[in-house]
Amino acid sequence: MLGLKPERFDLGEFMTQPITLCGKSFLADQSGALYWPVEKTLIVADLHLEKGSAHASRGTFLPPYDTRQTLLRLAEVIDRLESETVIALGDSFHDGGAAERLCDEDLQILKIIQEDRRWIWITGNHDPSIPEEFGGQRFEEFDLGGIKLRHEPRPGGITHEIAGHMHPAARISIHGTSIRRPCFVGNGLRLILPAFGAYTGGLNVLDDAFLPYFGNDGLSVWIRGEEGLYPIATRLLRRD
Amino acid sequence: MRRKRPGAPSVSGGHGAEPLLPEPFARWFASRGWTLREHQRALLEKARERRSTLLIAPTGAGKTLAGFLPSLVELTTGVLPRRGAGLHTLYISPLKALAVDVARNLLTPVEEMQLPVRIETRTGDTSVGKRQRQRFRPPDFLLTTPEQLALLLSYADSAYLFADLRMIVLDELHALVGSKRGDLLALDLARLGTIAPDAIRIGLSATVARPSELRAFLQRQTDPQHAIYLADLVVTSGGAKPDVRLLESENPLPWAGHTARYAVHDIYAAIKAHRMSILFVNTRMQAELLFHELWRINDDNLPIALHHGSLDATQRRKVEAAMAAGRLRAVVATSTLDLGIDWGDVDLVINVGAPKGASRLIQRIGRANHRLDEPSKALLVPSNRFEVLECQAARDAALAGVQDVVLTRTGALDVLAQHVMGVAAAGPFNPEELYSEITSAQPYAHLSRSDFDRVVDFVATGGYALRTYERYARLKPTGDGRLRLAHPRLAQQYRMNVGTIIDAPMLRVRLVGRKRGPPGHPSRLMGGRVLGEIDEMFVAELSIGDTFVFGGEVVRFEGLRETEVFVSRATDDEPKIPSYPGGKFPLSTHLASRVRTMLADPKSWASLPEPVAEWLEIQQRRSVIPSPDEVLVETFPHGKRHHLVIYSFEGRLAHQTLGMLLTRRLERARARPLGFVANDYGLAVWTAADLSALIAQGALNLANLFDEDMLGDDLEAWLAESNLMKRTFRMCAVIAGLIERRHPGREKTGRQITFSADLIYDVLRRHDPNHILLEAAWADAATGLLDVARLGDFLRRIKGRIRHQSLSSVSPLAVPILLEIGREPVHGAAREGLLRDAAEALIAEAVGEEG
Repeated sequence: MLGLKPERFDLGEFMTQPITLCGKSFLADQSGALYWPVEKTLIVADLHLEKGSAHASRGTFLPPYDTRQTLLRLAEVIDRLESETVIALGDSFHDGGAAERLCDEDLQILKIIQEDRRWIWITGNHDPSIPEEFGGQRFEEFDLGGIKLRHEPRPGGITHEIAGHMHPAARISIHGTSIRRPCFVGNGLRLILPAFGAYTGGLNVLDDAFLPYFGNDGLSVWIRGEEGLYPIATRLLRRD
Repeated sequence: MRRKRPGAPSVSGGHGAEPLLPEPFARWFASRGWTLREHQRALLEKARERRSTLLIAPTGAGKTLAGFLPSLVELTTGVLPRRGAGLHTLYISPLKALAVDVARNLLTPVEEMQLPVRIETRTGDTSVGKRQRQRFRPPDFLLTTPEQLALLLSYADSAYLFADLRMIVLDELHALVGSKRGDLLALDLARLGTIAPDAIRIGLSATVARPSELRAFLQRQTDPQHAIYLADLVVTSGGAKPDVRLLESENPLPWAGHTARYAVHDIYAAIKAHRMSILFVNTRMQAELLFHELWRINDDNLPIALHHGSLDATQRRKVEAAMAAGRLRAVVATSTLDLGIDWGDVDLVINVGAPKGASRLIQRIGRANHRLDEPSKALLVPSNRFEVLECQAARDAALAGVQDVVLTRTGALDVLAQHVMGVAAAGPFNPEELYSEITSAQPYAHLSRSDFDRVVDFVATGGYALRTYERYARLKPTGDGRLRLAHPRLAQQYRMNVGTIIDAPMLRVRLVGRKRGPPGHPSRLMGGRVLGEIDEMFVAELSIGDTFVFGGEVVRFEGLRETEVFVSRATDDEPKIPSYPGGKFPLSTHLASRVRTMLADPKSWASLPEPVAEWLEIQQRRSVIPSPDEVLVETFPHGKRHHLVIYSFEGRLAHQTLGMLLTRRLERARARPLGFVANDYGLAVWTAADLSALIAQGALNLANLFDEDMLGDDLEAWLAESNLMKRTFRMCAVIAGLIERRHPGREKTGRQITFSADLIYDVLRRHDPNHILLEAAWADAATGLLDVARLGDFLRRIKGRIRHQSLSSVSPLAVPILLEIGREPVHGAAREGLLRDAAEALIAEAVGEEG
């Protein structure tokens, strides 16, 4: 039986969710971006621009619209949340050849959304060096208001950290249906962002790969739905 | 080079005087007391005249031998010019097991007559060394599958390999044509038509509704714009009429459900009264359940086995061997045993549940009694009331010999893309020539040149409106008008992804034991044998400790280890039931129309079991029985909701699509729909608003509600989010080679494919809505999972013929449909009890007010 969607809540309620990290207040957004109201800063992770064309160069022709889609989504959230600073947490470009493959229109879109705001590229394992033509400043990691922003989370009981790299995803099963979606995952002391890029997959937060960061002490998960971001009880989480 | 065969003079020199059946064949036939059968003689004649021919014969008529005799005779008596590797006859079967079985059966005459003929099979199980050797030193007869043929054709030496081909035998052709596999086969035949234009094609088929469809498939279409060419036809008349009965049980006939649990004692008695029975069911879940129930009451310890596609291959082979040796009394099977392998001396076929189609039932009945002159015996066991009507209709159709499977289809574009890649892998090709070759295949006879060019463009650069991949093109011009593969690696990639069968993601099920650790330490799980495979989506619903039936035993879920599901033996009596899918065929249009006619004619009810006749009579008194060209729509309050039930008989898939579209419309009409449920026979929608009142006031117009324009924008809007559409797209993307199913050295799991295909679908829909793969997926959805084509026919048919009945409470006919609500996932015994209570209350309301 195919059920209908439940009666819709006011969408505004679910577009963002408050997240507290080491006593500081953030808003996690349905798009997968994290907004820091006090700093008027938007943080996104793992854009993986030009991933489609990276596959194409190896003979698999994924649709070449991923960069466009990612940038337009980014533009939308920057606008909506009135961000004065944007920080990309690394792996913004899928590989070193991305700069050369990025088409002119997409470069223009990037330039437009960078206008009138501070732009920070944090380098990642996919993009250790980012060409000058992409504007902004480059850092390996960045300190903002007492929080460390970096690409790859540090193993161990680290606190005050926001990172990407892991592409966290959660799977839940409810009413006979299984849903697997990208998610934010944190424990109140550190937070890992979902990948923002159009062609990015996800790694289940119950995978052992997350143990070094959260141990067995429990975690909180916010799942990206189609129309909202939903905090999910950890007992509903399933392994793959 | 000439190859001398022992025996008579060359075939090319005046064969008129030669006997059709020369020595040593005549002697061999005589020694067995056989005479040449009419259709065997006819095929020998057709082959001598070099005419492609379709042979239609029922099971047991010696079809396979008829198909091979011409080749055996020619190889034994003729002298054939040799230009290539010397492969004489290619045999294609839908199942590799069938190819192996046929090879074994052929060996007997070949050995007894000491014919100088080498016969080999080639399947996925054939060793790499042997497969390589077969490419340049092939046998005389090669027995293989469509996928292996595609692989063979993708090598540069394929022209040499097939140069001497004289005969292509296509077995169980009805099972190959009419699917994407059939499309692939058609394209490969077209290729062979270019490489070996002299080879003739012999199709072997069970009885089909329209033989001309298969005849056109066999023949090269040399003038597709103006004429359809048909292969010759040889038909053997069917044997004795089958003996088909409906089971009459002492136990009350259920209102709904698909388990036929009520009849299990009767089924057991039937098994006891026969030598060997096959019990056919429609889904793996039903197979598991029936098997489990039979063993519960198997006091005589009869050898009863289970056979379905999820079971481990070695286990299935064991069951097949035991059947062939006559060591079993019964086998519970899904469609895995539908096809023509001779599994021994079956004297009863029991079809449990709905037959779904007349051809399908006839095929299954044919599994009993492989002797032509004796009637096949079959017992039909309906599992609910509607299925009684369906069984009765199927029985009538089977006795009348009516077939209902339609095979003609338009060749799929994703399959064509795969084929173009395969052609390029074999060597440079000229698009002009390839186009005319492809249109010689019947499914592609009407392919437009522009669609062909789009497919080639898709293969070359992805075919996107945003042309950014030109520099990575996989096909490059050679300078003389031809295109060649840009890199040999691409050929390898193609070969890893060949074929059209995309399975749902499956996980291996391994039986593990608990090994007790030292005191204070938890027990450890120890690996054991593999039981089979299970759908990933089913496993997703399991929690550790849940029990379910698999391979006929109740097992306990112990957890997942990478791609394996660990289970242990459990002792529970009430297991959680596996819901993994398998063969959910919709009711055929032919049976549906027979059911409608039967329903409309109260005189015919006398032949139905009493409870069913009574059920229809109460319906007649409390509501109405629609005439055969009407469709009945009932509206009534029930519980706290209002219901609309339509008895459309168009199959579950079309009903689900209708349900999605109808609820959208009802929402706009402010009828506040809350949900719907569909089965093969009808659809129920429940709403918060009073539908009867809305209709009476004229606020809701049924004719508008069911107008066929719902197939326009509403369908489009719904499809955008539909999971069915995404699944369909994923299959097209894999077949077309956009997503690889396997990488050299790195297997992608089903989940990874699913995940990235969804992303691609979303991106493509937004940015390139006219892309050829979306078009291919849409074409699939229209005929496949969504059955839009059938729904469209239905909406046109009922225009002006909707019979509305507004009632004060639920009608008898509605009960089975409403009972489907919440039936699908069943969790444990407590929930089962609730459902039973709910069901009883519903039935009491429907019939209780009588008298």
